[in-house]
Amino acid sequence: MDLKEKLVSSFLAFEDGVDLDHPVHEERSNAIKNFEVKGFPTKKDEAWKYTSLKGLQKIDFSIFPKQETSLEYKDVKKYFLHEIDTYKIVFVDGVYSSYLSETTHDGVDICLMSSAFSKPMYQQVIEVYFNKAASKDESLTSLNTAFSKEGAYIYIPKSKVPKKPVQILHLATGNEAALMLQPRNLIVAEDNAEVQIIERHQSLTGNEVFTNSVTEIFAGKDAIVDYYKVQNDAPTASLVDNTYISQKDNSVVRVHTFSLGGKLIRNNLNFYQNGERVDSTLKGVTILGDKQHVDHHTLVHHAQPNCESHQDYKGIFGDSSTGVFNGKIIVDKIAQKTDAFQQNNNILLSDKSTINSKPQLEIFADDVKCSHGCTIGQLDDEALFYLRSRGIPKKEAKALMMYAFANNVLESVRIPELKARINKIIANKLGVRMGFDL
Amino acid sequence: MLEIKNLHASVEDKEILKGIDLKVNAGEVHAIMGPNGSGKSTLAEVIAGQEEFEVGEGSILLQGEDLEELSPEERAHKGVFLSFQYPVEIPGVSVTNFMKTAINESRKAQGLEDMPANEMLKKIREKSEMLEIDRKFLSRSLNEGFSGGEKKRNEIFQMAMMEPKLAILDETDSGLDIDALRIVANGVNKLRSKDNAIIVITHYQRLLDYIVPDFVHVLYNGKIVKSGTKELALELEEKGYDWIKEEATV
Repeated sequence: MDLKEKLVSSFLAFEDGVDLDHPVHEERSNAIKNFEVKGFPTKKDEAWKYTSLKGLQKIDFSIFPKQETSLEYKDVKKYFLHEIDTYKIVFVDGVYSSYLSETTHDGVDICLMSSAFSKPMYQQVIEVYFNKAASKDESLTSLNTAFSKEGAYIYIPKSKVPKKPVQILHLATGNEAALMLQPRNLIVAEDNAEVQIIERHQSLTGNEVFTNSVTEIFAGKDAIVDYYKVQNDAPTASLVDNTYISQKDNSVVRVHTFSLGGKLIRNNLNFYQNGERVDSTLKGVTILGDKQHVDHHTLVHHAQPNCESHQDYKGIFGDSSTGVFNGKIIVDKIAQKTDAFQQNNNILLSDKSTINSKPQLEIFADDVKCSHGCTIGQLDDEALFYLRSRGIPKKEAKALMMYAFANNVLESVRIPELKARINKIIANKLGVRMGFDL
Repeated sequence: MLEIKNLHASVEDKEILKGIDLKVNAGEVHAIMGPNGSGKSTLAEVIAGQEEFEVGEGSILLQGEDLEELSPEERAHKGVFLSFQYPVEIPGVSVTNFMKTAINESRKAQGLEDMPANEMLKKIREKSEMLEIDRKFLSRSLNEGFSGGEKKRNEIFQMAMMEPKLAILDETDSGLDIDALRIVANGVNKLRSKDNAIIVITHYQRLLDYIVPDFVHVLYNGKIVKSGTKELALELEEKGYDWIKEEATV
């Protein structure tokens, strides 16, 4: 049985474990139908031209997470940003781990989707927001919607700010030979609210993991949301991340994506500007080696006047790694005075590495400022010589240049400890030890 | 200090240096002048170990040691310093952190521990004052958004920090106004000692009013065609290079 059949036929069993009378169940039922019709995307789909899910579909994934496997905090501490105090929503093999988590209901709700689905007090929020930004058309999003049951639920009421950032951590123990996970996250920051979120997926063994994640983020008027995705997973872990963001007037949402490890990563990052004077920032650093593959598909839909978007993606590709950047910007006819900026710079470190970069601008308004730029190059020999002539060995000199290249993105990280952590991951990846914090 | 014998260097089969002989003793300052395209910058980069150039015949000895097999960083560790004509911008790495890295890498190569932080700070303060460099400047990203003059002053600051045995200044005067030129030249003069040597590459006599050379060489078409004392520089300033070219052709 291939993976699609397995998933579709598992839906009945899934229904045994959820409340069929809950309004969201109709969404699930519609979603599984859509997935059944469309199936997994193939290379024939324009949006999936450079990323193949064929290999993953041959693997016999377990679809339903078993009961919680206990993990000692000390064994997984390094995957947390433990240098600062944070709220934590932790899942082990897809099952919520209360032991590793720290949730709250103190003025804000930082807890679980399973609670939000089952408790009446959350029903109104679920009805207003759940599946309202996510695509009902895209097949993998539908697949996630169909099986939506667990994930992070973050609700920040009007003018509230949580005391500390939130970490969402998905751990896979390898108890299953191959595990498929489908977390579903809902993040709502009401008017004038603020929240900072760090999300990470981490497989602890060499067993296959395939995560198909959907996150919906709603930013009310004047709300500020900072979302950091740390993608530094094991070489047998694959991730399709579908993130949908809806913004109202004057809101600011910034998503930083650090793609530093994993087998296959596909990021579908979609911004919908549904208010005026909205500010959207999409930044990414991708550093790959071996046969790793990362595909960034971004969409910014400017649907109202006077909004801005800033995209800056830096990619460094070594060995036989491959990268994709597809940045789509739509400016509706009424979205006058839009200021949309997009930049994608890439460095190829080896003859066997590849990057496919494609800006895609669809502009229907006539008074807008849209700029995009894309470069693909190699490390500059003259700069390398400059650094080496100061006594810095070749490997360290190259690393310094890569830092410098990625610096624009790194410097806009607003949690200093996170920035330090990312720098450390990058330094480890490059096999260098810098004598200072960059 | 430095002995270059019959040095040939080429890039993509085009020979640029065609047999250079040059001996620079400790305590001396040599100026290398010459028209555009004569090979001045190539000579500087070949000494510093730029791998882009293919060194054919000849040898470069630093304190009697052949540099041929050494990488640029190994040459730096042995005391070679090149002040670049076009210093490279490194966003996100401050001047201070860059210098710490450079100095500690050299110390590591010599089997020494990292320089203690207070010693490093003291040195940075001392050298930046010498070159009239503002403290704020040191926390800026290396060369990023620096004016031409700031870049050159920063190069000499790096030289002061690294205390090389052999410093090659490649057109350090270009892009400098007269005040900056004086500051940079004063800095270089303070760094002159009986234990080091300096090669100044320039088009113009102007810099040599401040950094007075012991010897002046004229490079033309990949060869040193004339050598003399500082008066030769004055003569070149007055008469241009045409007479040198004619002499060389004859």
